[in-house]
This record gives sequence, structure tokens and C-alpha cells, in this order.
Amino acid sequence: MSSSAISPPGHLATAPRKSGSTGDRIFSGLCHGAGVFVLILLGAIIIELFIGGLPAFRAFGIGFVWGDNWDPVAEEFGAIVPIYGTIVTSVMALALAVPIAFGIAYFLTEIAPVPMRQPVGTAIELLAAVPSIIYGMWGFFVIVPVMAQYVQPALIDSIGELPLIGVLFAGPPFGTGIFTAALILAIMIIPFIAATMRDVFRTVPPVFKESAYGLGCTRWEVMWNIVIPYTRRSVVGGIMLGLGRALGETLAVTFVIGNANRIATSVFAPGNTIASLVALEFGEAEADSLKLSALLALGFILFVLSFIVLAISRFLLRPPAGQ
Amino acid sequence: MSNTTMNAAPRKDLVVARQLAARRRRTDRILLWLALLATVIGLAFLLSIIATLLLRGLQAMSLHVFIDVTRPPGSGGGLLNAIVGSLIQTAIGTAVGTPIGLLVGTYLSEYAGKSRLGGSVRFVSDILLSAPSILIGLFVYQLMVLPFGGFSGIAGSMALAVIVIPIVVRTTEDMLTLIPTALREAAVALGAPKWKMILLVCYPAVRNGLITGVLLAVARIAGETAPLLFTSLGNLTWSTDLTKAMSSLPVTIYAYAGSPYPDWIALGWTGAMLITLGVLTINIFARIVLRQRN
Repeated sequence: MSSSAISPPGHLATAPRKSGSTGDRIFSGLCHGAGVFVLILLGAIIIELFIGGLPAFRAFGIGFVWGDNWDPVAEEFGAIVPIYGTIVTSVMALALAVPIAFGIAYFLTEIAPVPMRQPVGTAIELLAAVPSIIYGMWGFFVIVPVMAQYVQPALIDSIGELPLIGVLFAGPPFGTGIFTAALILAIMIIPFIAATMRDVFRTVPPVFKESAYGLGCTRWEVMWNIVIPYTRRSVVGGIMLGLGRALGETLAVTFVIGNANRIATSVFAPGNTIASLVALEFGEAEADSLKLSALLALGFILFVLSFIVLAISRFLLRPPAGQ
Repeated sequence: MSNTTMNAAPRKDLVVARQLAARRRRTDRILLWLALLATVIGLAFLLSIIATLLLRGLQAMSLHVFIDVTRPPGSGGGLLNAIVGSLIQTAIGTAVGTPIGLLVGTYLSEYAGKSRLGGSVRFVSDILLSAPSILIGLFVYQLMVLPFGGFSGIAGSMALAVIVIPIVVRTTEDMLTLIPTALREAAVALGAPKWKMILLVCYPAVRNGLITGVLLAVARIAGETAPLLFTSLGNLTWSTDLTKAMSSLPVTIYAYAGSPYPDWIALGWTGAMLITLGVLTINIFARIVLRQRN
């Protein structure tokens, strides 16, 4: 019906539309051009990082990825320590963030009185808007002292004394380190994951939930047996989105991770991540040096890591057409 | 009906049922409190950040912050060059990124349909939206700093523009797809060509949504530090020359907060407070604009 309202003018419309068709061609060209530009932009980022890192890949071969030394004086570079730090801090951050984010989303969709949902939800979203450098400063000046004085000594004296898992919580309480970095990352990604979860929980048709309530289910049973199964795919997508954010986070981590290029068993030991190493060492890298190339190669590896995680997240959150 | 079945069932089951019901209620209540606790923890972080910023930021707050440039430690000084540098780079970044983002969003909503090109553009834009900003800094360094022989304000602005594009794309596409088909049909039925329909009917209809997208982009890039480290680098003297290294608030905060000088750290907190309050205000304002949708 509605399409027939547009199509009839046909030949009648061609003459007066002439001016419009030129404008149409220009505007459509601009829009298509901008779309292609975005594709080129991402391609250019990948290619530029790869070209920049090429000398390092050439010098060290694939062993660059597995090398564990970072010695600017001897010009020997390997990437495994920052790669390890990036993955460990991000995964630990997820483990800390997901339960809290889920709790917030559960609270905001099922528990909170309706007038409270909007303001509390907005406050959580504002947490996501705080710039990452602020998290870094806050972490360094507020969280690190608390970790050094209370949290780490307590954990070292209790869990650190246990056999087997004790080594994970051993060592001096610096306050900084892998665990603190993971904690700050967790705080940063909680709002992202919580907001995504809340939004997907809202997509559950009310009639499903009403049916469950009608059968006498408690709120938690509705959540666990109706909402979660219905939204499982998107929930995992939201978690992956948080992981993608955590992998590339730079300044918040740089402030609190301790910045040491070694892999330690204890989670309280200092470490580094790809992003923190690049941010710290970049200023000392001269143009055309092997070090600069190694940093760009690290950037390329980080890009590949985040691309994979973000692509999975995107696939889960926005299924390809037809599903 | 239910009475007869209840009476027919053995008494023992009634006890089991009561225990089961109690356990279910207990589980429900425990998880309710845990969810409440999670929310309180989340809000506590926000409050702690704001309280810390106000407590420490107000200490070095004075008129000098706004009228003096950065000085060596121990000799006072303010943040004027950093504030102005941030304003310039944010403004240029937004001005360059917004039209491109708007066109891409329009393409996705109005032209792409289910085409393969549209799918790829949508995918790539989503990746860019969450891509680590430090990599965008490295990219612009390779593209604009190395070939032109130095850090520059314009390189910083371009890095920020790259961050703006996917944010504006997202909101533009989301907003345009909300427009009812009848509105488009009305415009087309009156003989308007497609570009006039988009510019004169669709854009005005979602004006507030588009403004929200731009505001969110501004709030995002105003606090970005990592991409500026490799592009505009920072500058401790007064400079508005776009072809030279340019100061910015986030990079200055980074340098000051990591320094051993108490007066620099204090000034760093003041800068941090200013930028956070600015970013949060823009965010709240953006939400108000969005809610006023016609």
C-alpha cells in the first residue's frame, strides 16, 4: 500500500526531479564515500602498525612474540611479558567485574523500585564516562595505599600461608602490581558490562517473566531460569565487550601496575601490559630505532588481540542479519 | 481441585514442600541483598572518585589556574595553556569527526540496506568504537608525526577526530532508524528528492539525538590521554601554533601526577577535577537533551 503511494509518479516525476537527482547523486556519493573511508581507516591502522613493526618482526622473527627480554641497551626485544600482563590483568578484571556488574543489572531490572532505576542507572553510566587517567590517579593515590596497608598484608598473611595457592599471594605488599591493576580495570569495565546486561535483560518479553511469576517463581528464579537463558548470547557479548575495553586500557594501568618487565607468580608483584609499556617507553624511543619498531609491533599485537575479542563480542551482541 | 490433591498427598511431602519454599525464599533474599550490595559498591566507587577529586582538586584551585601557564615546580603557575590546548584540539577533533560520522551514519541508515558494504562498514565502525585509543595515537604518529618531522596540535586533533567518528556513526544510525516510515513517505510523496528528505525532514526530526551523539563524543575525547601522548605530546609553554607540540589537560595531568613535586601533584588534581566535572556535566546535559525529544 505505502509503496504504491511512492511509485506511481514515475514518468511524471522525472522532469521536475531533475535538480533533485543531481543533489541525490552528490549526497549519495558523499555518504558512500564516508562509508568507504571508515573501511580504509581501519585498514590503514592495521597496515601502518604492521609496517611500523616490520623491522622488529624481521629482526626477531616470530620469536618476538615469545621472547621474554626487553633490553633497549642491547636492542633485544620480546613481547611475551607484556602480552602475559595484558591477558592476566584483563581476565582477572573480568572475574572481579562480572559478578558485580551482574548484580547491578539484576538490581536495576528486577529489584529496584521503578522511580529509582533511572537515576541509579545514570549514575552507573557516569562511572563509564570518567576518563581513564582519572582512574589511574585515583587508583594510585587512593587504592594503592589501601592495598599496601590493609588488603595485601591481610591476604599475604592468610591465603599466602596456604600450600600450593600461597605463592600466588606471596611477596612484599607494594600496593601496586598486577592485582591492583586488575582491580582498577574491573572498576572501569563494571559500568560497561552492567549497562549492556541491563539493556539486554530489558529485551526479555514481559509475558515470559509474567508467566514464570504466575507459576510462583521468585525473582531470582525468574532471573536464573527465564532472563539468563533468553539473553545468554548477548550477556556473553557484553562481557567480551568489557574484555575488549580492558585489553587496551592504558593510563589507568600505567599508574598502578608497577611497570616491571617480568612474569611473576605472585599477583602482588609488579608487571606491565602492552599498552602501559608502549605509553611509558615511547617517549624514549627515537625515530627509526629498533625500539620504536618493537613498540609499534606490540601495538600491532594488541590490535590483533582486541580485534578478535571485539569481533566476537559484536557477533554475539548483533547477530548477522537473518537470525 | 487442588484441595483434593493436597489431601491425597502424604503429609511428609507437605513438610518437604514447606522447607523447599523456605529455601527458595532464602535464596531469593540472599541474592537480592547481594545485588543491592553490588549496586552500592558501584555507586561507592563513583562517590569516592568525585569526593577525592573535590577534596584534592580544590586545594590548588585559584584564579591562577585559569590565567597562568604551566611553570617549573616551585614557582606557582596555572594550567591556562593546557586548558586552551585541550579546547582547541577537542574543537577541531569534533569539527572534523562529526561530519564524517554523520555521513557514515546516514549511509548506514538510508543507503546501506542489507548490502555487504553496509555490513562491513557497520562492523568496522563498531570495532573502531571500542578499539584501544592508544593504537589510534600510534597510527596518527606513523601517519602525521614521523613524516612531518614533529609532534603537532593538528596531529592530536586528527587522533581525536578518529575517535569521534564511530561515536557519531552509532548515534546517527540509531536515531535515523527510529524515524517512522510514514514521515519519509510524506516527504517523498510531496516530491522531495531523497537528499532533501534526509536533510530537511529526517535530520530535524532527530536533532536532539544527533546533538546527544556529538556531546558524548566531546565528553569522550576531552579526557583522552593515550592518543595525545604520541601526537601533540604536550607543551609546557604557551603555544596555539597547530604545527607545534601542543599542551592538553589530560597529558599535563599525566605528567604532573607522576612527578615528585607536591605543587605539581596538587595542580594535577585540580586539572583532574576540572576535566572530570566538565566531562560529567556534558554527559548529564547530553542525557537531558536526549530526553527532550520533541
